[in-house]
Amino acid sequence: MQKNLTFLLHIHPKKVSKASIRYTYTYGLGGMTALLILLQFFTGILLKFVYIPLPSKAYDSILFLQHQVLFGQYVRNIHHLGGVMLIILAFLHLMRVFFTEAFHPPVRSGNWIIGLCMFLLLMFSNFTGYLMPWDQLSYWAVTVVTNMFSYIPLIGPHLTGFIRGGTDVTGATLMNFFNFHTAIIPLTLIILMTFHFWKVRKAGGVAPPRPRSEKEKRLVSSYPGLVVREAVVALTLLAFLFILAVFKDAPMHERANPAFSPNPVKAPWYFIGIQEMLMHFHPFVGAILIPVTILGFLFYLPWIHYPKNNAGIWFSSPLGRKVAGVSALIALGLTPLLIIADEYWIHFNLWFPSLPSIISEGLFPVVFYGILFYLYLLFLRKRYHPNTNEIVQAIFAFFLMTYTVLSLTGLFFRGPGMMLMWPWQIAP
Amino acid sequence: MTKKTTDIKQADNPSRRRFFKKLWGWIALAAGVELAGLSIPFISSGRKKQKKKETGTFTGIVPASDLPPGSVFPYQSGRLYVCHLNDGGFLAVSITCTHLGCSVEWNEKKKEFICPCHHSMFSINGEVENPPATRALDIYPLKIEGGMVKVNLSKPIERKHFNKSQETHA
Repeated sequence: MQKNLTFLLHIHPKKVSKASIRYTYTYGLGGMTALLILLQFFTGILLKFVYIPLPSKAYDSILFLQHQVLFGQYVRNIHHLGGVMLIILAFLHLMRVFFTEAFHPPVRSGNWIIGLCMFLLLMFSNFTGYLMPWDQLSYWAVTVVTNMFSYIPLIGPHLTGFIRGGTDVTGATLMNFFNFHTAIIPLTLIILMTFHFWKVRKAGGVAPPRPRSEKEKRLVSSYPGLVVREAVVALTLLAFLFILAVFKDAPMHERANPAFSPNPVKAPWYFIGIQEMLMHFHPFVGAILIPVTILGFLFYLPWIHYPKNNAGIWFSSPLGRKVAGVSALIALGLTPLLIIADEYWIHFNLWFPSLPSIISEGLFPVVFYGILFYLYLLFLRKRYHPNTNEIVQAIFAFFLMTYTVLSLTGLFFRGPGMMLMWPWQIAP
Repeated sequence: MTKKTTDIKQADNPSRRRFFKKLWGWIALAAGVELAGLSIPFISSGRKKQKKKETGTFTGIVPASDLPPGSVFPYQSGRLYVCHLNDGGFLAVSITCTHLGCSVEWNEKKKEFICPCHHSMFSINGEVENPPATRALDIYPLKIEGGMVKVNLSKPIERKHFNKSQETHA
């Protein structure tokens, strides 16, 4: 038995502290993400036996898969649900690492960067897979999102042309996306995953939380202590996914029609917060400037000057927990108010009709929001006197809640013509 | 023991070692350039050949007399609308919203093009009436021959705003 464990003991240290295998610390999120990636490889390879990446054949090949191939619908459901859950779990894993400050240099900063890259790859993978069915949903979602890139100054239009392989979403786009989805991204993921695991192992496992008791200070053997827990999480996840996939069919709309957009067209759910921002900002600001700024902040995160290294403590400290909570509450109240205000009362473009839209729809809303954000920071500093560690946690909690509210608005409160309405007023 | 001998060898021949190090570096660089040089033309040339040949021919779409002023004619297969403006001019306006590329629809009641994606609105001449779109809808070259409206479908023309010079009169 011990001999068969050699492989696992390459991934895990021989002994780990009891505190670091507490389930409610990591929730097994990284492991679940890795398992789902492997499952996506498996179901994806199965689907490749049936799918044909040509605009004239793609839609029919999926109909054939669903109606003629034994377990075809089921395998597609698992692949679709797996992709959705993968984004969610990878994101939660990223959140766990962020909110427990497990990104400090020199030990964990590199892995933070690799993790961010893998998360972006997963989004890209999910998005390229979105086009495969070649139905109305996928065709128009991809049209809208690839068009967002054209607002990058100078290189934008060329980049959109390169991604699409032409001026419109066509067979060349499908070929591009298929190649990325089934070869380039999976290969890159395998390499980065290996690197990621190796660096966790080098760092001595997860950033350990502070032990709660004398008992938690003890070291225990990885096998069975850690390995059995991982197996339980893995099997529970698989059972959950396989059962859900029986009941929940992957979406399939009408065949793609380039001459007719459905109403409304919505981006994939993980991009829908960005789409909601486009309702309120000039496209350069909403689709490029804000997302790139937030990404830049995340990549730079480990090298901000922190007074303390509080790795392993949720939200850095009890005060950090408090300011993060307050920030999330402020964002929860402020964001819907601003969405409604912008929809009905704030019309910079009508008030300043002579100014170019990059000023009236870009600069003015950014300055307006910037002032509110500054007031919020001022309030935090005056009221709670947080240090840099805690401020970073708070700001991130603020934006996380903002993006969540934006996404929920786009998903459930936007009807035909992207008008703001109640969920029950929107026909399914 | 072996380690020691190599050390001595290295010390004996530092220039040879340096030379080989450089050589391998250059060979690696050459290999990288070759691979990139192979793949970039490979991808782009295939794409160029697959593109349809662009022609300057005009396609007849609708008799001008069928279209009263202030009305539009949707030409779905060409992804455009032929618009007869109130001052008598004709325009071939692209169906593609300049915001993010959805297809705009003509709303007969409001006399406006409305985009289903983000509710951009455009007047009959393609000018932006309501953001988030930032520039007017693209147009296609249009001419009227023998009472027939003809449009060159090969190339949409980008424009910032509408102006009178873009119109064609019968």
